[in-house]
Amino acid sequence: MSTAIHPAASFELEQATEPGMDQLLEISMGPQHPSTHGVFRMNVVLDGERVVRLKPVFGYLHRNHEKIAENETYLGSMPYTDRLDYMCPLTNNWAYALAVEKLAGIQVPERAEYLRVITGELTRLQNHACLIGFLMQDMGASGTPLMYAFRQREIILDLFEALTGARMMCNYMRFGGCRVDLPAGWLDQAKKVVAEFPRFLDEYERLLVGNEILMDRTQDVGVLSKELAINAGISGPMARASGVDYDIRKVDRYGIYDRFNFRIPLGSHGDVYDRFMIRVLEMRESVDILQQAMRDIPEGPIVDPKTKIRGFRPKPGEAYARIEGPKGELGFYLVSDGSPNPYRYRVRPPSLINLTILEDLCLGRNVADVVVILGSIDIVMGEVDR
Amino acid sequence: MVGEGILKGLAETARNFFGSYVSKDRLTTVQYPEQREPQIEATRDFPFLVYDGADWKQGMRCVACQICEKECPPKCIYIDKSKDKKPDAFGKPQFYPATFNIDISVCMSCQICVEVCPFDAIKMDVDYHLSSENRFGGLLLNKQRLSKSNEYYNAIHPTEAAAIDAQRAEEQAKLDAKAKAAADAKAAAEPKAAAEAALARKVPAQPSAGDPQ
Repeated sequence: MSTAIHPAASFELEQATEPGMDQLLEISMGPQHPSTHGVFRMNVVLDGERVVRLKPVFGYLHRNHEKIAENETYLGSMPYTDRLDYMCPLTNNWAYALAVEKLAGIQVPERAEYLRVITGELTRLQNHACLIGFLMQDMGASGTPLMYAFRQREIILDLFEALTGARMMCNYMRFGGCRVDLPAGWLDQAKKVVAEFPRFLDEYERLLVGNEILMDRTQDVGVLSKELAINAGISGPMARASGVDYDIRKVDRYGIYDRFNFRIPLGSHGDVYDRFMIRVLEMRESVDILQQAMRDIPEGPIVDPKTKIRGFRPKPGEAYARIEGPKGELGFYLVSDGSPNPYRYRVRPPSLINLTILEDLCLGRNVADVVVILGSIDIVMGEVDR
Repeated sequence: MVGEGILKGLAETARNFFGSYVSKDRLTTVQYPEQREPQIEATRDFPFLVYDGADWKQGMRCVACQICEKECPPKCIYIDKSKDKKPDAFGKPQFYPATFNIDISVCMSCQICVEVCPFDAIKMDVDYHLSSENRFGGLLLNKQRLSKSNEYYNAIHPTEAAAIDAQRAEEQAKLDAKAKAAADAKAAAEPKAAAEAALARKVPAQPSAGDPQ
């Protein structure tokens, strides 16, 4: 006979310490749950339908991104950054290129800056289109809204494929510019796509915005207060939906964002509905930026001729560069010791930091709301786990 | 009225449903194996090796410099350099890869190998019908399976290939011109050299001729 305490006995002990614990149900949502946007797991303690406690468990998609990058040349890490937030590879490329350029003091030619803005804003369009589709899917609107969003996303991904060669793993930016110039006819095609994008948004708004079920499911659900958003370091559309006026495109004015005329939409309630609407409004602003950028794009070189692909060794030093990714502040921190690979390479992923407040948003809500709240945070596990 | 928003949304789906019978841009899917989307020119998936001419062994551009092996981020290229040298397309004796394997189950299609190759020998393919029954050997492509002709490269990436062909033709023309100039110089030098040689022969003869003996 074993003398060890039976698991049930230890559970009883725990029950004894916390009154009412026998009424609670602990369930594990994920990592294979279809609503969790990848391999994310939540240990949820439920009192009936209500969430009493929620503990996020992640790391299922950990690929050692930072350590790989420390053993890889600077250029060799560029394709790996595509795989961080695999929905928006081009903004990841941009942030990393920006960090290396800061580290090595490389200037970017004018045309390359415009190309970066164009591809970056197209990325934002397709990321947000995808997100609102997924959010509706999480809410139970199976199929229709997601398919409309994906139809639109595919048109943008075709543009990416024609320019960079790949729909998702673009590997397009280089230190001091971009890899290839626009192919013939690309700009006209892109102008057409961007001009037709508001039509998709109008259609989407007619489809959903007045919908009573959508309002019931999203309004006053998962309210994130302005104070909490600031204290927890939330960035991107999440923070702006709570009324925090913070957009790195305006704050840092990296690249050439000071040349464009655009507004930053802000929410007032910070609930899921605001987070949904903020994305729709941001897409309209992105369309504005794209139209200005595609009108003004100059001719010229696309890459600084002084930078070399092989044997790139920046001087010892450190640099942190950040951009306004579609999900929030995406930053890369690099330390160079003068060797061909970075001494330290760190990613500041917006998804992970936006995810930290999940429990605060979910407490007291129903299980079904957890799925919706998680959907509105906009995470990609490739970036959370790295 | 409650339900008005839902009805409005349903009108939108109805418009899309009936629209798909008349408008092409509302019907975006294709019946895949029978119908296919046209290939986008810049598309890439996995690398292949380009050879000129008809014989892949003879015309291979790769000179086994191993730069791509070194620069490949996931390290999926394996090259063994040959012991001997063979003349390349320009007629210069070069090493060639004794083995050249790419494990495309590891490859992540980043095309850094293409960017670093100084010989335009490795390019990106577009063939995506790659499933194999053999998990290991089937996706480890050897030199023969990787070799594809320059005509094939021209067919899949016309703009890029034409630029490279023009560049190579220019190089070839430069080499030819150089060879011709060298030959001309040699040809021009020949009578002179012969004369000089004759003179040289004469020079020692002269003193002998002028020898008082």
